[in-house]
Amino acid sequence: MNDALDVALRLLVVFVVFLTFPLIIGQTEHKVMAHMQGRLGPMYAGGFHGWAQLVADGVKFAQKEDVVPAGADRRVFQLAPAVALLPYLLVLLAIPIGPGEGAVGEVVDAGVFFVLAVMGVGVLGSLMAGWASANKFSLLGGLRTAAQLLAYELPMLLTAASVAMAAGTVSLPGILDAFQWWWLPWQIVGAIVFFVAGLAELQRPPFDMPVADSEIIFGAYTEYTGLRFALFLLAEYAGIVVLCGLTTVLFLGGWHGPWGADGLGWVWTLLKTAVLAFVVIWLRVTYPRLREDQLQKLSWTLLVPLSLAQIALTGIVKVVIQ
Amino acid sequence: MTLAQEAHGFLSPTGVEIAFLLVGLLTFGAAIVTVTTKQLVHAALWLVVALGGLAVEYLLLTAEFIAWVQVLIYVGSVVVLLLFGLMLTRAPIGRSPDADSGNRWAALVVALAAAAALVWVVVDAFRTTWVDLDGPAAGSTEATGASLFQNWVLPFEALSVLLLAALVGAIVLSRKAKAESSSPPVNSRAVTGGSPSVPDSRNHPIGRKGAVSGTGSARETEAASGTAATGGTAATTGTESAKGIGSAQRAEAATETESAKEIQTPKETDSAEQEGAR
Repeated sequence: MNDALDVALRLLVVFVVFLTFPLIIGQTEHKVMAHMQGRLGPMYAGGFHGWAQLVADGVKFAQKEDVVPAGADRRVFQLAPAVALLPYLLVLLAIPIGPGEGAVGEVVDAGVFFVLAVMGVGVLGSLMAGWASANKFSLLGGLRTAAQLLAYELPMLLTAASVAMAAGTVSLPGILDAFQWWWLPWQIVGAIVFFVAGLAELQRPPFDMPVADSEIIFGAYTEYTGLRFALFLLAEYAGIVVLCGLTTVLFLGGWHGPWGADGLGWVWTLLKTAVLAFVVIWLRVTYPRLREDQLQKLSWTLLVPLSLAQIALTGIVKVVIQ
Repeated sequence: MTLAQEAHGFLSPTGVEIAFLLVGLLTFGAAIVTVTTKQLVHAALWLVVALGGLAVEYLLLTAEFIAWVQVLIYVGSVVVLLLFGLMLTRAPIGRSPDADSGNRWAALVVALAAAAALVWVVVDAFRTTWVDLDGPAAGSTEATGASLFQNWVLPFEALSVLLLAALVGAIVLSRKAKAESSSPPVNSRAVTGGSPSVPDSRNHPIGRKGAVSGTGSARETEAASGTAATGGTAATTGTESAKGIGSAQRAEAATETESAKEIQTPKETDSAEQEGAR
């Protein structure tokens, strides 16, 4: 009974994190983008700096009619948002937030593979949405999504493999246990490649060719309205949480910090994740969108060789220090 | 793999065994629908269910590593590639009357023969082997890695050479297609993702100028971004791309508000712009 309670509690905590963190990042994005563009952003809802704007947006989404186009493939169209969103919930389960067994939703033996595999499944949601909408723009968006995933999955995997080589384990808590501060300069190339590839997999600017609202009208999500559209948006922000959390755990040492790693490890994890999330937002405001061919070129001619070089470096150092 | 010596009966199945059977039935059903449905994309999506079901079966047999690799490679990559190919060529919504092959009986015979051979081999090889579910995981990453790189190195290396051969073959085929046809080969463009971006740049009011001036300038930009890419970071590539397709687009991005994603009616755009002006 105690075990069941323990599991239920963990699931509940992960679920609450899954529901709140993406919203916090969404609100932060509102404000950060506004200030970077020299304006205030939403200020009225809720009184204090417009904190309730997201609630208002949520109510707005819930009120809208849920339209399914006449020519669409009904079932696939309706299923797609769930397929896009749920994988991120599963990934959150495996991300450790502090030291010890108690600070992770579920210890997964092959954690690195688990998170990358399940993250890749989320893209199927965009593909399903793009195809089932029976809309040319959506189909283009779906195609771009697929091409982008195929290109960026590889460098992501290779750099994660580099960390796993360094730690000698593929379990996420295990990687954190083995972490030393000098891994940071050692794996820095891998970290950047991982983060950039992750951004591309999430289709965040400057890699948002598949959604490209100003040219293909939000790609796969063109035909979506109301709550289903909100679910896709939520998936995007949940993806930011997951990507930043993973980069923190794999490359930035997670709960390790200059001090207080024993009691306050989770604060370090959250802090690092938050800083990375800020960088994600910052990049959105700073850089224009890449063209599709530039996007592919970046992956195949820059990120893949860099990640291979990182693996070679990891292997050499690993052999030398043994 | 742990060999449990005590006899195992079929009449008092454990919960895991029941789950294994049920998931197996689900996987089997999904596989049947995959080959019988007349809707091409539905077939690919049912394939996701079948492959995912297999991953669950691996999990139930404690082969965790294999399960996640199954999801990563098959669900995450192979099916995505399949869907990509389908969408690029033909993926009508609704039934495809010509989806049935005339060779279906031959295919059935081949499939049955292959299935019979596999079942026979597996049953013969593992007849008395039972996975001990209570002990340490027999299929953990450590156990899998140790057996793969100690007992099965030769098959592993042979398989990697096979994959390398397939890779080289694919490159040779695509190069040959390029040499034969003076027009740009469809396949290679699809791989670079160039073809989807061409038609919609015409729809884009800003991108039109670039489209008229031809692919030549686009190639130049591409080359420029390539040199920048080798020297610098993702950031420099982004800046290079701005020169190519639109400083205007960059200005446009600057005026976009953070709520632009949620904007769906012009009325809301106005209010957002007002907010921006404020």
